[in-house]
Amino acid sequence: MTAGTCVDMSTSLAGAGIPSPVLTASGCSAFGRELDPFFDLGSIGAVVTKSVQLRPRSGRPTPRMAETPSGMLNSIGLQGPGIDGLLAEELPWLAERGVRAFVSIAGTRVEDFAELAARLRGVPGVLGLEVNISCPNVESRGEVFACDPVAAAEVVAAVRAVADPAQPVYAKLSPDVTDIVSVAAACAEAGANGLSMINTLLGLVIDPDTMRPVLGGVTGGLSGPAIRPVALRCVWQVHKGLPHVPILGMGGIRTGLDALQFVLAGASAVSVGTAVFNDPSAPARIHAELAEALADRGFARLADAVGHAHRPPDGPR
Amino acid sequence: MTPPVPPASSPPVQAMAQVAFRRPVGAYVELGLSAPAIAGAAAPGQFVAFAVGGPTSANLLRRSIAISGVGGGRVHVVVSPHGPGSTWLAGLQPGAEVDVVGPLGRPFPLPPPGTPALLVGGGYGAAALVGLAGRLRDAGSEVAAVSGAASADRLCSVEELGALAAPFLVTTDDGSAGRRGWVTTAVAELIHGAGVVYACGPMGMLRAVSDQAVAVGIPGYVAVEESMACGIGVCMTCVLPIVGADGRTRFARSCVEGPVFGGDRVRFGDVGTLPGDVVGADAMGLVTASAPTATETTGSTPFSSQGQRSPEGGTSVIRVEPS
Repeated sequence: MTAGTCVDMSTSLAGAGIPSPVLTASGCSAFGRELDPFFDLGSIGAVVTKSVQLRPRSGRPTPRMAETPSGMLNSIGLQGPGIDGLLAEELPWLAERGVRAFVSIAGTRVEDFAELAARLRGVPGVLGLEVNISCPNVESRGEVFACDPVAAAEVVAAVRAVADPAQPVYAKLSPDVTDIVSVAAACAEAGANGLSMINTLLGLVIDPDTMRPVLGGVTGGLSGPAIRPVALRCVWQVHKGLPHVPILGMGGIRTGLDALQFVLAGASAVSVGTAVFNDPSAPARIHAELAEALADRGFARLADAVGHAHRPPDGPR
Repeated sequence: MTPPVPPASSPPVQAMAQVAFRRPVGAYVELGLSAPAIAGAAAPGQFVAFAVGGPTSANLLRRSIAISGVGGGRVHVVVSPHGPGSTWLAGLQPGAEVDVVGPLGRPFPLPPPGTPALLVGGGYGAAALVGLAGRLRDAGSEVAAVSGAASADRLCSVEELGALAAPFLVTTDDGSAGRRGWVTTAVAELIHGAGVVYACGPMGMLRAVSDQAVAVGIPGYVAVEESMACGIGVCMTCVLPIVGADGRTRFARSCVEGPVFGGDRVRFGDVGTLPGDVVGADAMGLVTASAPTATETTGSTPFSSQGQRSPEGGTSVIRVEPS
C-alpha cells in the first residue's frame, strides 16, 4: 500500500461523479478498447472517445504524423465511424464493461453538433459530452469555432439546449487565440458546464530532403510535453478569470507531477493524450503517481488541491 | 481475392525487457530481449513496439520492429539504425532494460499443410520471414526464399533463411553479394513452384511481388511498412487504403488490421492519397483526384525498405520512425 492510496481521488465533471481525475484524451485512445489489455479502463475517470461526426469519415491521406521535439504533429482529419457506428459498436462495448464514456462530438455546422447531442441522449454509459470546436485538422481555419467567441457560444448553446440534462457539456478550447478567457467566458455564458483545454496547436514540419511539408494535410496539430506550459498557462488564466467553471486540463501530461501542475492551476480533472502513444498504461500510472504526489504534499483530498497555486503562499490547505 | 487476415489470438502485453544479447550484423544490430510473455505469444509476422530513450526521452513515439524470432523466453529483432530512436535501440548493451509492447499485429496466415511457399525479403525485412520459414517447414511445406538488398551489408538473415529454404537466392542491387539485380527477377524464377507467397520489405518491392503472385493466381501476403506512432491502434497514423471483405476500400490501420495483408487488397498506387471511393471520403469536403505531388512522391522516395515501422523513415521495412 502506497501513501497515495489514502488520498480521496474522487472528483466530478460538472456534477457527474468519477472515482479518478484521470481520463484519456480525445483522439489519443480511439474508443478505448485497444487499451483494454494494458489497464482497467473502469478504474480511470472516463474514456474520452475520438471525436465523432454524423457521417463516417475517412480522414486525411498519409503521412499523418511527424515526430517533433517532445511531441508530435498529427493530421488525422477525424477519421471515424460516424455516430451510427459509435452507437452500434463502440459505446455498447464500453457500457458492457462499466467503462464511463465522455463522448467527443464534432461537426462543420452548428446543427451537426446539436443532432449529435440529441442522438446521445440517454445512451447507457455516456457520462457527458465534450464539444470539439477546436480541431485544427478541418477543411478551413474558418471552421474552427473556438477561434471566435460568438461562433463557439452558438455551438455550445445549441448542444446544451438539446443534450441530455444529466450529461454535462464541456467545450474544448483552442490555444490558438489571442484571448482564451474571452472564448471560455462566452462558452460558459452559453451554457457550457465545463471547459476542456487545450486542443493541439497548429503546426508545420518541412522535410529537408524533399523540401516539402511532411504531412499529407500540410499543417497538423502539435501535442505532447512540448505544449504543456502553453496548456498550463491557459488553465491558469481561465481558472483565474472564471473560478467556478470546472476545467478538464490537458496538454502534454506524461507523469503524476505533470497532472499535479494542472490540478494546482485549477483543473478538477485531467486528460492524458499523446503520452498514451509512448506508454499505453499511462492513464493508470499517472493516477497512481498523482495520488502519491498529493499525499506527499499533505492533501487528503484531490479536491483540496484544485486551484491551490492561485492561493496566497500562506493560505490554508 | 485472398481472404482477410484474421487477428492474433493473444492480446499484447507491456513489459520491461532486459537485453540478453546484442550482435552487429552488417549494417544492422540484432537484439535478443528477455520477454517471456511476449515470446510465448508471438507468431511470425507480428511485431513489437519499443519506447526509446528512457522515461524522459524527447522522442515519444514507439518504434515498431518486426519480430525476427523467439526462443528461450526471448524475442529477437533486427534494428536498422537511421534516426535517433533506432540508433538508441541499436546501442543498447546486454543488461540494459527497454519498455516493449507486443506481440502486435496480425500474423502471416498459414496455408493448408504441405503447400509449397516462396518467401521474399527486402533488406532487414527478411528477418520477419525466418520464423515463418520454420513454421512452414514444420507443417510440411517446401520453402523457397529470396533475400535482396541494395548492397551486401544491407542483407539480413541470410544464414537463417539459407538453413531453412531451398532454393534460396540472394540478390543485391550493386552485385556485392549474390546476383546483381532485383528480387523480382529471382521471384519470377521461383514463383511457379509455389502455392503461396509471403513478402516483407520496402513498399515498392511488396507491390511488385504482390503483382507477381496475382499474375500466377496464388495468394500473396505482404507485411507492409507505414509510419506508426503507437503500434497498438489508437493513433490512426498508419493507415493504408485496403480493400475489405465487402469489396469497399477503407483506411485501415497497419498496426492492428495489418501489418500482414493480402497483397491484392492493398491499393499500393493510392498510398499517400485520398481516393474518392474510400469509405468516408465523401465526408472530408476535399475529395479530388489524387494530388499529383503525392503520387510522385509515392513513386520515388517515401517508402523505403524493410521491417521497421517507425517515425524515422529512412531505409526501413515498415516506415516506423519520423525523421
